[in-house]
Amino acid sequence: MSIELIIGILNIVLISTTPLVFAGIGELVTEKSGVLNLGLEGLMLVGAVTGFITLVLTGNYFYSLFLSIISGVILSGIFAFLVLNLMTNQIATGLALTIFGIGLSAMLGKKFAGTPIDGLNPYYFIVISFLLVFLVGYFLSKTKSGLIVRAVGENHNSAYALGYNVIKTRYLTIIFGGVMSSLAGYYISICYAPMWQEGMTAGRGWIALALVVFATWKPWRLLVGAYIFGGVAIMQMNLQAIGVKLPGQFFNMMPYIATLIVLVFISSNKVRLKLSAPSCLNIPYEKNS
Amino acid sequence: MKKQSLVLVVIAAIVVIAGIFFITNQNIQKDVSDDQKKIGFIYIGPPGDHGWTYMHDVGRQYLEKELGDSVSTTYIENVPENADAVRSIRKLAESGHDLIFTTSFNYMDQTLEVASEFPDVKFEHATGFKRADNVSTYSARFYEGRTVIGHIAGKMTKTNTIGYIVSFPIPEVIRGINAFYLAASKVNPDVKIKIIWVYSWYDPGKEADAANTLINQGADIIVQHTDSYAPCQAAEKAGVLAFGQASNQEAFCPNAHMTAIEDIWGPYYAAKAQAVVDGTWSSEDTWQGFKDGMVEMSPYNEKLLSSDLIAEAKAIEEGIENGTIHSFEGPIYNQAGELVVKEGEVADDGMLASMMFYVQGIDGEVPQ
Repeated sequence: MSIELIIGILNIVLISTTPLVFAGIGELVTEKSGVLNLGLEGLMLVGAVTGFITLVLTGNYFYSLFLSIISGVILSGIFAFLVLNLMTNQIATGLALTIFGIGLSAMLGKKFAGTPIDGLNPYYFIVISFLLVFLVGYFLSKTKSGLIVRAVGENHNSAYALGYNVIKTRYLTIIFGGVMSSLAGYYISICYAPMWQEGMTAGRGWIALALVVFATWKPWRLLVGAYIFGGVAIMQMNLQAIGVKLPGQFFNMMPYIATLIVLVFISSNKVRLKLSAPSCLNIPYEKNS
Repeated sequence: MKKQSLVLVVIAAIVVIAGIFFITNQNIQKDVSDDQKKIGFIYIGPPGDHGWTYMHDVGRQYLEKELGDSVSTTYIENVPENADAVRSIRKLAESGHDLIFTTSFNYMDQTLEVASEFPDVKFEHATGFKRADNVSTYSARFYEGRTVIGHIAGKMTKTNTIGYIVSFPIPEVIRGINAFYLAASKVNPDVKIKIIWVYSWYDPGKEADAANTLINQGADIIVQHTDSYAPCQAAEKAGVLAFGQASNQEAFCPNAHMTAIEDIWGPYYAAKAQAVVDGTWSSEDTWQGFKDGMVEMSPYNEKLLSSDLIAEAKAIEEGIENGTIHSFEGPIYNQAGELVVKEGEVADDGMLASMMFYVQGIDGEVPQ
């Protein structure tokens, strides 16, 4: 293999993995505060379509990025209101958010599907994604606010007793997660495959969700996990194109085999798994209890 | 206070729901006139994919325009190729549709299953090969278009490497690869094709990844048998050439798009719907190509192709139309070197319909 070929492969891996890193790191912070948001796919699609429509209408990348972020703030804000104030079931609400996002994005984007646009250079986002993982890692382990987020996720009653505002903290982490998902969607429709088509995220929101567990709620592991996932997918394409004679099912299985191996590896140490999973994940918080 | 607001919310909800029912009921009443035939469509993707489903939807609109008030059409989009399809097809059958088009290969068994439950409803399954008394099959000879683009690709490639992105290993797709390769290797014996199976009809991200991988491995022409225009866009970005798929995609990749194979379903849909209106519908197998206008080539890109090459491509189109050229002319060998089509003969439709082998010269194996 020549150097150019390897650089080319790495390049494609970077481009295709970045949306997983964005959505995954956002969800990681949300889950660290004890809230499970299954609505990533919906948030990504709405972020993607909002950015795309704004770009078509205004031709301005800044506006489109801004509105895409706003869409994430609004949708995840609604999710936060439902699960935090009305204390609805997080899993059901998250699923509803996904279904809602799929429908809403399809409806909004109907007139705009198939409008040609000029894509944005993906490298800005790739650099930002690495910075983000580093910053989130630093935030969660080295800053006071980060420790508050974790305290809220570990035991919301104790955190409340210590004088921390559980609801406010969770609002902020949910909205952070929502914005990250919107950015992942924006990246997909503006940089990765510059177009809008219904359901174009094709399940990447779910992969990002799996990655958070896969990473045992640790930012750097999320980055590694995302790149294993993305790398295996691109590797199998390269093997196919080179003409390696392996059955098709094997190519299909490879990403899942990699996931399984890492999951087995991680869960072999039960203490560590327990230590990093937020204890209050998916448990509703009642202020007066 | 709290109770009062709760009561208000409940009343508001009831009013809204009643309103929705009122409006939808009105629509239903408007749609149902006595002798109007209802035609349903099952789509695998969204009509906005500007590929496969888009062309079926163009066909549906053509049907509506041609037949006017004697029919009304409905479609269900994004129907997955699994047990869900049964539910969607049954939904159309139950709601009084007279003719239902299921527009993807893997709806085959699901279509037959529902068809056996509704003997009075007519079904039309695209690209399949299983029929019943109330199930017809229809398909376009896309491979004729593959012969044209194969010829162009063989002449245009400089690296002698062509990247081919494919969805699922089904006869239609394999046939396309073979037709393409036979035509390309005929004008350029050194040509190699690299094939990537993405196991999806529609995932723009994955399709773009596959295109970039192929380009990275030296392909200077990208061919696809998937539904989005992401591969063509990726080719445009990388400065290599590509062919559109199912519809004219030149708007998305003007400097890469040489031509595209277009599926023209409208006239067929209109004819079959008319047959239902007239009561003359019967189960049959339709397989049409250039000759009947079910397959067409998009305008050749004059910026990229020389006028000589365009003339050659048009000559192939004409030859296929009047029968002097066939996409599968013998001698054709399979990968094991066995003669499958003898010299002076052409592959018959039976062989084409069940083609699950690569011809000699293609590297790799057909995934099982």
